[in-house]
Amino acid sequence: MDDTKKLAIIATKGTLDWAYPPFILASTAAALGYETQIFFTFYGLQMLRKDLSCLKVSPLGNPGMPMKMPFGPKWFKDINWNMPNAIQALVPGYESVATALMKQTIKNNGVASIPELRELCQEAEVKFIACQMTVELFGFEHSDFIDGVEFGGAATFFEFAGETDICLYI
Amino acid sequence: MNFDKELDARGLNCPLPILRCKKSLNEMTSGQVLKVASTDPGSVKDFAAFAKQTGNELLTSTEAGGEYTFFLKKK
Repeated sequence: MDDTKKLAIIATKGTLDWAYPPFILASTAAALGYETQIFFTFYGLQMLRKDLSCLKVSPLGNPGMPMKMPFGPKWFKDINWNMPNAIQALVPGYESVATALMKQTIKNNGVASIPELRELCQEAEVKFIACQMTVELFGFEHSDFIDGVEFGGAATFFEFAGETDICLYI
Repeated sequence: MNFDKELDARGLNCPLPILRCKKSLNEMTSGQVLKVASTDPGSVKDFAAFAKQTGNELLTSTEAGGEYTFFLKKK
């Protein structure tokens, strides 16, 4: 039997913040010599789209998310702008503003962007499988997704997952 | 210490230093030495773990003024 370690990840979330764990772990595992596969299902399909501007982060109903400004003097950056959910929900464009600020914070911290991490995964031959059932359920076309994505179902996932050393649900 | 290739990973955060290191090693031959400069405090443990898991030897791991320097010998 071949002794290459294997990692399988199920990616189910479709937000900017939750796009990080699957791509970080998959790219790192590949660098460590793991054969790696990610199965994208439900909202996780958003991470495979050609246009990734659909990935946003929402502070609404997310009490763990610090709301800090990525610019200005230190005293200003240190302020936490958390607001009650009821107010956040009423401000038009709140999510877009929070997403733009988050992207700036990510850049300031030398953290890779999602398109960059996704590309690094593909370069390292991480296999991307899109769940065909949810592709249809959400009315996506295969052409909405980047090249190199394979389409399959639960049985396809288990064919690889059954042989893995690590299997994660994100 | 002598080295054959240098990687500047300063300013980059997890997992980029490791990914760039792997890429640099891919372009090298067995026995050659790669020098990596990093500012990510997490990279100290990460480079040790990377070396242990990939078999590339971590020759030295040092810190000076918030900058970390690693010398790795390609397997």
